Amino acid sequence: MAQKTYAGVTVDVNDEGYFTNPSQWTKEIGVEIAKEEGIVLTDKHFEIIEYLRNKHSKGETLTIRSINSSGVIDVKTFYQLFPGAPLKKATKIGGIPKPASCI
Amino acid sequence: MEQSHPIKKINIICAKGSIEDVYATLILGNGAVMEGIETNMFFTFFGLEAIVKGRMDKLHTGVVGNPALRLPGGLRMPTLLGIIPGMESFTSWMMKGQMAKLDIPPVSEFLDLITAGGGKIYGCKLACDMFNFKKEDLSDHVSDILTVGEFYELAGGEGSQIIFT
Repeated sequence: MAQKTYAGVTVDVNDEGYFTNPSQWTKEIGVEIAKEEGIVLTDKHFEIIEYLRNKHSKGETLTIRSINSSGVIDVKTFYQLFPGAPLKKATKIGGIPKPASCI
Repeated sequence: MEQSHPIKKINIICAKGSIEDVYATLILGNGAVMEGIETNMFFTFFGLEAIVKGRMDKLHTGVVGNPALRLPGGLRMPTLLGIIPGMESFTSWMMKGQMAKLDIPPVSEFLDLITAGGGKIYGCKLACDMFNFKKEDLSDHVSDILTVGEFYELAGGEGSQIIFT
């Protein structure tokens, strides 16, 4: 297992840089990972990250469709906040494993 | 996963209008959009059913001549049963129920997701002429009606792939 240091904290990540232990994550760490991805986090980013972390902790599957029912943002805004591959980027920045979902 | 030759653009052609054909197309397309891959989807012949207003959420699956179709419990469904009135509707309803359980959206919502992420939906000119569809008959998700030549122009570029579902 690999380790990385963000905001002065050493955390466990897998080969692709996804957290293997979500409890090691803090907002400061999220800001640093986002920087690597070229994203400056706003309150909206944190709201959706919080939603994803919450769903993950309940063992629910994360899908792009579920973003519409988050009550935070719609899918279109999600794509704008995390350009490119939003679900992958948001989970990476949010310190949770890469979603194993096809939709 | 870093790849040396990543797929940069995906162009998917859907020529059939059953639930399974259309969903294979939509899942591949949406999956590409989710990965940040530029995505063009081209619907032709019976595939147009997926982008015609009022029809897209009423697709069926074929119950006659479908040797992979099984009854609940796993027994093969005899083709003769398929001709019973209502069997196709019932089977299609069951399939949609199974998909809904997996959070797979109805076709119209799938097109919402794809276009929200920047994926483009196109209809085929020749097929539209053949079935007498105009642009206004097609869903608002559809960007344009294209000739095959225009489709190839769109599909060009390094790292671009064409898939026929």
